[in-house]
Amino acid sequence: MTRFRPGRLAGALAFTTLLATPSAFAGKTLDAIKAKGQLTCGVSTGVIGFSAADSQGQWKGLDVDLCKALAAAVLGNPDKVRWVPLSSQQRFTAIQSGEVDVLSRNTTWSLTRDAALGLHFAGVSYYDGQGFLVPKKLKVTSAKQLKNAEVCVQSGTTTEKNLADYARAQGIKLKPVVFDKFEASLKAFFSGRCQAYTTDASALAFIRSKEAPAPDDYLVLPELISKEPLGPAVRRGDDEWFAIVKWTLNALIEAEELGITQARVDSLKSSPDPAVQRFLGVGEDLGKSLGLDREWAARAIKAVGNYGEIFNRNLGADSPLKLPRGLNAQWNKGGLMYAQPLR
Amino acid sequence: MKHPARLAWQALLLLALLVLGGLLVTTTAGHLQERGIRSGFDFLLEPAGFALGESLLPFDSGDSTLRAFAAGLLNTLRVALPGALLAVVVGVVVGFGRLGDNPLVRALAGVFVNGVRNVPLLLHLLAWYFILTDLLPAADAALRLAPGVFLSKSGLALPWWGEAGWELPEPAGFGIDGGARLTPEYLALLIGLSTYSAAYIAETLRGAVQALPPGQRLSALALGMTPRQAFVLVLLPQAWRAALPPVTSQLLNLFKNASLAVAIGYPDLVSVAGTSLNQTGRAIECLLIVIGVYLLLSLLAAALSHRLERRSLRGMAP
Repeated sequence: MTRFRPGRLAGALAFTTLLATPSAFAGKTLDAIKAKGQLTCGVSTGVIGFSAADSQGQWKGLDVDLCKALAAAVLGNPDKVRWVPLSSQQRFTAIQSGEVDVLSRNTTWSLTRDAALGLHFAGVSYYDGQGFLVPKKLKVTSAKQLKNAEVCVQSGTTTEKNLADYARAQGIKLKPVVFDKFEASLKAFFSGRCQAYTTDASALAFIRSKEAPAPDDYLVLPELISKEPLGPAVRRGDDEWFAIVKWTLNALIEAEELGITQARVDSLKSSPDPAVQRFLGVGEDLGKSLGLDREWAARAIKAVGNYGEIFNRNLGADSPLKLPRGLNAQWNKGGLMYAQPLR
Repeated sequence: MKHPARLAWQALLLLALLVLGGLLVTTTAGHLQERGIRSGFDFLLEPAGFALGESLLPFDSGDSTLRAFAAGLLNTLRVALPGALLAVVVGVVVGFGRLGDNPLVRALAGVFVNGVRNVPLLLHLLAWYFILTDLLPAADAALRLAPGVFLSKSGLALPWWGEAGWELPEPAGFGIDGGARLTPEYLALLIGLSTYSAAYIAETLRGAVQALPPGQRLSALALGMTPRQAFVLVLLPQAWRAALPPVTSQLLNLFKNASLAVAIGYPDLVSVAGTSLNQTGRAIECLLIVIGVYLLLSLLAAALSHRLERRSLRGMAP
């Protein structure tokens, strides 16, 4: 038998105790980001239009552009972002534990998540809703006709709960077939395993046009069975950083309303409009209250454009998805995008 | 007390471990609270809010999360237990095949073992699943194998005792209604798990038989036994003892590998835990439950196999 060595035990004990004791309070998120010179942004593992790496390995999408805008506002460079792809199961733990500074990952804002998960949603960057995709040959034209249907769905989202809620509310039985991988759920649906596929309507449009063997054989049903306000979230306990994320999102939306585009940021600095001047930091210094400099919002727009430009590039007319603005139009154009005023 | 000093050290070590464990728990709980994260197991009694595609236990989205976990565990056992039986049967047959005198059978068994064993299990499951869902006819054009027996992409529908007595499945709506259903997810998982484990069991048996001294077989033959009698009466009982521990651990592997079910859409324990985790955000709690259940059942199975081993060793020379 090896002789027992008290010294070793003591060493091991000291080490493990070190691991287990609470760490000192981590400095403010903003200071940490500036010190690192890098923003850590939690994104999806690949949802086209929101966050997905393209063939060159560049991250693209609405959620991605929000992080780039943040990096531009805070660090002065939209490329100083470290992307952390997160599965839907990983995402909340990643933001809670501080692994990412901001979770910008098509995440639905709901009461439970806001109140019980130790995070704050900074606003809504996309108003979505859950829908159904069905093969046309089933001759189904309404979700109400899906009685006893088997529905393919990807796990780890609010989708499963909405599906169960809808079935109960309509008094019909729907059998979920739950996959943990997006690809497997699609493959099963297109091989005919399920009569319907359900997820957020924005993704359904993409699935029908890009993933279906023949898009015309499939139909997106008219019903939206849930409200899915998607938005960025931050960890609780750092109100300054929360405000920066919230107001950067607001700035992107406000810029569209004010007509400030990526191309016109510089030329508009001579605009006589006080709201535009404030926005671009020519007049009052709005950045100071956020702990940033006066050009923060101008840099964000210069990096990625305003909300309308971001939308069109990733989801709208200039993208393969061709989604209509719908609920995501500005409030004065019939949509819900309404920025709190930057003043 | 033979070694008071040693005992004291052991007591100290135990104490240190307890203190460390306690520290870990309280620190984690403290951190969760500090960050405003709700923790605890109270969510188990709340309504689950999601439905399960298939379940032995009647389950509805209004039932508690605890019931969802129970249904998930039952689903795991529903595939693991028949899978284990099937794996042993196929494993024994293939193992004999590899030892036999017939060169064709030997070659076929060899191809099976090497083909199955050298491909990752996840690929097996996905391949079986997509072969099944691609090949089978659509649910509204199900293949009628016998009265009340239908095969389609929705699975194998069988007559079964239901709420209204003996039920014959009937075509209805989008597919087949009534009776019992073995879904393609279940079938793919069952076939994938059992063939994968069977390949290992076959190899274990072959090794155990070949490790016996050649004199055993020769003496049996010299006593006038046929080769088959020699195998069944002399070699197998001895080989079985050597093979039992590795076969048990293979079956335990099968049980744990059943957690890959979520890849092909089967609602097992891990799948239910993943969904609950996402609905409630209780990551640590959900994972603890899964770890606890697997640990408990594996330890139980190990204890059982240990008893079996001791029984089979009884009467042997020490």
